[in-house]
Amino acid sequence: MKILDIKDLSIEFKSKAGMVHAVQNVNLWLNEGEILGVAGESGCGKTTTTLAIPRLLPKNAVITGGEILFNGEDLAAKSEKEMEAIRWKDIAVVFQGAMNALNPLKTIGNQMMEPILLHEEGVSKAEAEARVKELLEQVGIAGHRFNNYPHEFSGGMKQRVMIAMALVCRPKIIIADEPVTALDVMIQAQILELLKKLTKEYKLSMIMISHDLSVLSELCDRMAIMYAGRVVEFGDAKDVFKNPKHEYTDKLIHSLPDISGDRVFTGGIPGYPPSLIEPPAHCPFYDRCERRDDSCLGDFNFTEITPGHWTGCIHHR
Amino acid sequence: MFKLKYIGKKFIQMLITLFAIITFNFFLFRILPGDPVKLLARSGALSQESLDRIHALFGLDQPLGIQYLIYLKNMITGKYGISITYRTDVGTIIAERMGNTVALLALATVLIIVIGIGTGVIAAMRRGSTTDKVLLVASMTGWSLPTFWTGLLMIVVFGVTLNVLPVSGILTPGAVYTSTGAMLIDYLRHLIMPTIALIIVDMAEFFLITRSTLVDVMTEDFILTAKGKGLSEKKILWRHALPNSMLPIVTTLALYVSLVIGGAIQVETVFSFPGMGQLMYDAVLKRDYPILEASFFLFATVTLVANFISDILYMLIDPRVKEL
Repeated sequence: MKILDIKDLSIEFKSKAGMVHAVQNVNLWLNEGEILGVAGESGCGKTTTTLAIPRLLPKNAVITGGEILFNGEDLAAKSEKEMEAIRWKDIAVVFQGAMNALNPLKTIGNQMMEPILLHEEGVSKAEAEARVKELLEQVGIAGHRFNNYPHEFSGGMKQRVMIAMALVCRPKIIIADEPVTALDVMIQAQILELLKKLTKEYKLSMIMISHDLSVLSELCDRMAIMYAGRVVEFGDAKDVFKNPKHEYTDKLIHSLPDISGDRVFTGGIPGYPPSLIEPPAHCPFYDRCERRDDSCLGDFNFTEITPGHWTGCIHHR
Repeated sequence: MFKLKYIGKKFIQMLITLFAIITFNFFLFRILPGDPVKLLARSGALSQESLDRIHALFGLDQPLGIQYLIYLKNMITGKYGISITYRTDVGTIIAERMGNTVALLALATVLIIVIGIGTGVIAAMRRGSTTDKVLLVASMTGWSLPTFWTGLLMIVVFGVTLNVLPVSGILTPGAVYTSTGAMLIDYLRHLIMPTIALIIVDMAEFFLITRSTLVDVMTEDFILTAKGKGLSEKKILWRHALPNSMLPIVTTLALYVSLVIGGAIQVETVFSFPGMGQLMYDAVLKRDYPILEASFFLFATVTLVANFISDILYMLIDPRVKEL
């Protein structure tokens, strides 16, 4: 069952050079209890798309079209006041770079209790504290560290605090924006394991953003690949990884060295993404694609080619 | 435990600095050219004998080292000596003048903090709006106005041309008051212009510091976290943004205390306001060592205490402030 359905979403940023079409006609959905991965290079619109769900975009961003349906209600049309009640209570975020995502002047305990006391009337401070301590233990941090300040934790611990904090109100959806990017590989593995465990335990639905395909293929049920503001491929994670239908997905996967395969120098993708101030109506990857021909110059058309597997490439293999 | 240790350490540092300052004060006036006794006996007809008597009376015949020790002892026991020009106890003279300056500075400080920080917060929250732009231009202008000049300008406009406010002193000379209320109103009317002249520059400074710090803090990641939690803009401001902007503001406050004293000297001179500033200004002209030493000592103490308090505030605001 779809818990979240993004339909035809477009987002633009005001800038001095003109409107930047950061997200164009994106279609995505999240099924209950699954983990959806969103991948793509920097600036492809993955963070913009996902942060638009709890409407946490900066002030110069405008949702110019489309719907974000959550429980049948369009979040894109809600007022700021209505969104305040939904944030963290229903949709929580594990922010990128936990280093600065915590307030340096408040104890982590206070910061974790804040959403509980804000959203749940009638919950006492003692109850909130007990819940927070339990969650801290769950992510492997001793409960007595409740009164410590952020600077007294390591980077990996802060990220675990962020994950525990995202769970305090038992949200329905968690958006994890590159939750492991700033961490070293060992800690990355721990955090991912923890996220997987918690989604099962709390029956969470999660959207996970990353530019690391190996991380996503291991963790996610389904996967969306974004390029220059568009979703170019969307489907079952294993399927997308093994059977990429869009040339960009294929190139992205092959830019990773294979540990068991031949020792080859991994190929890059020459060229640059198109300008998002005047984005093309056709496939955005056209300029860099090896398989392009004149048939690619028609309007970008995102279609289901095999059941549950969507792509915008007309040369799908 | 750590907190007490920190406070103790800062307190001892303050005492050491104070000692250095009073020592410096003593030698500063001895090095400065000019002999107070000669100034006093301007006629030149005074016999050498009388001059020696006056020297002995003020202890100026003793060797410098001994003078210094006597001076230290007197500072500690609160004896600031006899004024060379007024011929009375320095403590009494300062006590008379102190009240007026304290009233002026207290009023100025409250206004500066409330208006300066308040408008800073408003401008930061509405960054780029017309309100912000107007406040920004106004404070830039205010910041570049010299205190003595605004004082003189106000005297010309409000005191002379419009004739709505008294231009000097603290009470109307020769006035008979029907009640204490009437006297208080007269007192306040005399305070208006000096206060405004004094606060314009500092208010602008607090505005600019508050605004820029808050604008910076609002772009921090933890502000987005707070928004993500569902906090309203008001709650984000009070719980997360303002506390994180307090450190630079507290630093400015500590600096302000020493600067405002300089401002008070200018303002009191311009408005013939009978306070500490004017007393010091006159004492410099007349080489009145005891008054200068006592008022420098007083102002140094006030500045040091302000710094001490701001150190304690740092500790209370920011948990990262540790063994320094």
